[in-house]
Amino acid sequence: MEAKTKDLWVFIETRDDGTARNGGIELLNPGRGLADKQGGKLVAVVIGNNVEKAVEDAAQHDADEILVLDGTEYSPYTTDAYTNAMYYLIEKYAPTTLMIAATSNGRDLGPRLACRLKTGLTADCTSVDLDEETGDIAWTRPAFGGNLMATILCSDTRPQIGTVRPGVFKKTAVITPHAEIMKEDFHVAPDQIRTELIKIIKNAAEEIVDLEGAEIIVSGGRGVKGAEGFEPVKALAEVLGGTVGASRAAVDSGWISHAHQVGQTGKTVAPRLYIACGISGAIQHRAGMSGSDCIVAINKDRGAPIFEVAHYGIVGDLFDVLPILTEEIRKYTDRS
Amino acid sequence: MNILVCIKQVPDTTEIRIDPETNTLIREGVPAIVNTFDVFALEAAARIKDKNPDTNIVVVSMGPPNAVNALKECLAIAADKAYLISGRKFGGSDTLATSYILKNAVQKIEELEGYKFDVVFCGKQAIDGDTAQVGPELAEHLDYPQVTCALECEVNNGRLEVLKEGEDVNLLIGIKFPCVITFTKPGFDPRYASIKRKMAANRAEIPVLGDDAFPDIDTAMIGLKGSPTRVKKTFVPQRMKGGLIVDGETVKDSSLKLVQILSDKKVI
Repeated sequence: MEAKTKDLWVFIETRDDGTARNGGIELLNPGRGLADKQGGKLVAVVIGNNVEKAVEDAAQHDADEILVLDGTEYSPYTTDAYTNAMYYLIEKYAPTTLMIAATSNGRDLGPRLACRLKTGLTADCTSVDLDEETGDIAWTRPAFGGNLMATILCSDTRPQIGTVRPGVFKKTAVITPHAEIMKEDFHVAPDQIRTELIKIIKNAAEEIVDLEGAEIIVSGGRGVKGAEGFEPVKALAEVLGGTVGASRAAVDSGWISHAHQVGQTGKTVAPRLYIACGISGAIQHRAGMSGSDCIVAINKDRGAPIFEVAHYGIVGDLFDVLPILTEEIRKYTDRS
Repeated sequence: MNILVCIKQVPDTTEIRIDPETNTLIREGVPAIVNTFDVFALEAAARIKDKNPDTNIVVVSMGPPNAVNALKECLAIAADKAYLISGRKFGGSDTLATSYILKNAVQKIEELEGYKFDVVFCGKQAIDGDTAQVGPELAEHLDYPQVTCALECEVNNGRLEVLKEGEDVNLLIGIKFPCVITFTKPGFDPRYASIKRKMAANRAEIPVLGDDAFPDIDTAMIGLKGSPTRVKKTFVPQRMKGGLIVDGETVKDSSLKLVQILSDKKVI
């Protein structure tokens, strides 16, 4: 497809309550600069059911234009409804670039849509820029379990599409909206949706572990030595108001459920503070947490690779360190 | 039930090291394995066969000739038959071109076997590329519905019921046949190969479908020419030198220092 405009689109994923997920709103930040460099508008595409709140959110984060598709068939997310809807909008307006947050649904939609459009997609990017030589977007992403970074261009087909890892970019400050809001009338017939949501299941322990949205994560690894060993990890997480994470070694040993796993076969996280306790820091784990703003490692082995990515480290046995650290943080938070 | 499982032979990324002199990947001596997520897809197929013994499980891989080793491992674990897709013209394919070739392979294998596949299973992603694109792109080429990130599935009421790992909850999704499902890591361990199956797999002849097996394929859609994306450069991520080791006389001193730093940096 030929691009008809130089516009950059950001797909804004919505929740069932009509609010926007953070991933899409975050992308309006790098989207702003890239749209200006491309010489086009920054367009937010909001799809869902009763999405007024998401539209307002996108407007407050600097979108120039907001395309809105509102309908009951867009909640909950289905591959078929969203692919048909996005395909319709892209055929109609032909933007040059599309960015999608690499959430569970974003990574379901991206490749399906790219294939229908017969265009290139770069998945799970950790950096996006304009390639000066070609004017294309330079999408940079990790491969080989984070051992190698690759910068990828899509030069001959449009739109160029990338999914971008949530948490890599921060939201811009809230501004007074200037967006033009365009309501689109496109609906997907029930028989075109070939999947049915039978039920929502909270995981076994009835716990919802929102690692990707967590501001603070305290994770335990092989060094916790058993399910009981997670108690001091949980205590520290609790005093910080954080979420408990785990390395693959701890999950595979059956000490904690997979819902807590951070790393290549678990969740990719980028909290404000990540505290790794008794985690050696295999590349697969680091790939899932190295984007955190502040990383603290507690490990008795000074040579553990986790110290390479940590901003601050304490060399010591977590069972000695954590109770005291938890107590000191409790005193600190009580004071402030 | 007829199940096709798509697999990829990949380097074991846990064994990859960086050459500190040249700052490049050391690939020599790195063992080749069946992609971890594809093993979960094969396990899902095997579990369907456990309940429905008249199920056919076929595995297919696109790759170099030595990918027969990965296919043999799948035969040893649970597959009944294997095909290798290996052709010069397929080299340099990105995910869009690869999924187009795989679509043609699905149809070719259906023609050779004389039946249609009810489901196509894939791993969520390959651990070398980590794109998670080939499954959904194959589904689109076939015009089949899809569920990605499945944990497990079951045949029920003439359709497949799939437990999908969602963003913060799991979803039970019903999907009609034929369909494409991609699998992530389930809550159980996949089965191992028995000695008996291993010996049979070693003797198995694996048919190779080369360029000439696909006379009608659109050559503009395969290989480098059919790949809209290209890699401009690769580089080894900068290794951080490591941060500050907070070191006090006692654990309490270290803890106090750390709390002070985190509070100065406004992290807590």
